[in-house]
Amino acid sequence: MHRTGELYGQFKTLDQQKDTATLGMWIFLVTEVMFFGGIMLAYTLNRHVYFHAFAMGSNTLSLGLGGFNTVVLLASSFTMAMAVWSAQTSKKGLISLFLALTILLGFVFFGVKYVEYSQKFHHHLVPGKSFDIFYCVNNPAKCDDITPEDMAKEREELENAKAADPNLNAHAQLYYSAYFGMTGLHALHMVIGAGLLFWLLKNSFAGIYSARWNTPVDIVGLYWHFVDIVWIYLFPLLYLIDRHK
Amino acid sequence: MSETEPNHTDHIVSPGIYLTIILCLLGLTGATVAAAYVNLAQFNIVVALAIATLKATLVVLFFMHAKYVPKRTQLVIVAGIFWLALLLLMTMSDYVSRIDYRGIRFPFS
Repeated sequence: MHRTGELYGQFKTLDQQKDTATLGMWIFLVTEVMFFGGIMLAYTLNRHVYFHAFAMGSNTLSLGLGGFNTVVLLASSFTMAMAVWSAQTSKKGLISLFLALTILLGFVFFGVKYVEYSQKFHHHLVPGKSFDIFYCVNNPAKCDDITPEDMAKEREELENAKAADPNLNAHAQLYYSAYFGMTGLHALHMVIGAGLLFWLLKNSFAGIYSARWNTPVDIVGLYWHFVDIVWIYLFPLLYLIDRHK
Repeated sequence: MSETEPNHTDHIVSPGIYLTIILCLLGLTGATVAAAYVNLAQFNIVVALAIATLKATLVVLFFMHAKYVPKRTQLVIVAGIFWLALLLLMTMSDYVSRIDYRGIRFPFS
């Protein structure tokens, strides 16, 4: 069926129809909360048991890139909210503009994530056979993106962590498994969100969203904001475990 | 109904509110990074999660319009958070209070 906002038989008014769609989306988002909640629980437990390895792993992440991505994602939530406002007030040109901006910011996020992931591959910080948390301090020439001061600090932190946890290399892999698992699933959600945004943009160019009917913009907005909330938790949990050393 | 006539119960949040919220969110992001560099021992995580929860609450209430939706939708949201709290608190309290057959406390190593 081609959905353009006609009133379906089971509803009395368009308002009631929209409230029902919103309720349905929230029920879906609650299942997403449970999905990410289970992963957060596994993370919490491992962090509790292997704190030294998790703190060490966290400090090898780039706070600059992570912080920048946090700002980008928050900004994309703002542009998404503005797209919803534009639809509610029938400003059809602005809907397309704000949707396009949201997509653009989403792709900036992907770009930064690509830089971060490739850095981890170069630094041998991807769980598996070649994982070596000591790789950079043992091969400084191969990690020339780390400044000598940071490298000296990392060496000292690694020595302390190794003293506290002799099996540091194995346990740091747990941290990095959590890092790639959680950020990877978050990024997958963003890819799906970006696909939905392209679909909205196509419909927006056709001019079908207005004050009378804008349910898809609202619903995809809810999804996009939810993905933003996941990142709001991931950022401190992954990047800020033990920065005060 | 004309195309420009607004939906009657559809609460429209003004761009001014959205702008205020995004500025708060950016400010709180700065605050969480700053707080991470202060040594609060085991309370670093408490502060970090408190700020994250404040940010999430702002997003849910204003960006996601939860403040303006019908009560039954709000109930679903609150029920979801409650269920998440059960998952985290019950499981963690089980783990951290467990003692194995040798009388060794979790994590048993």
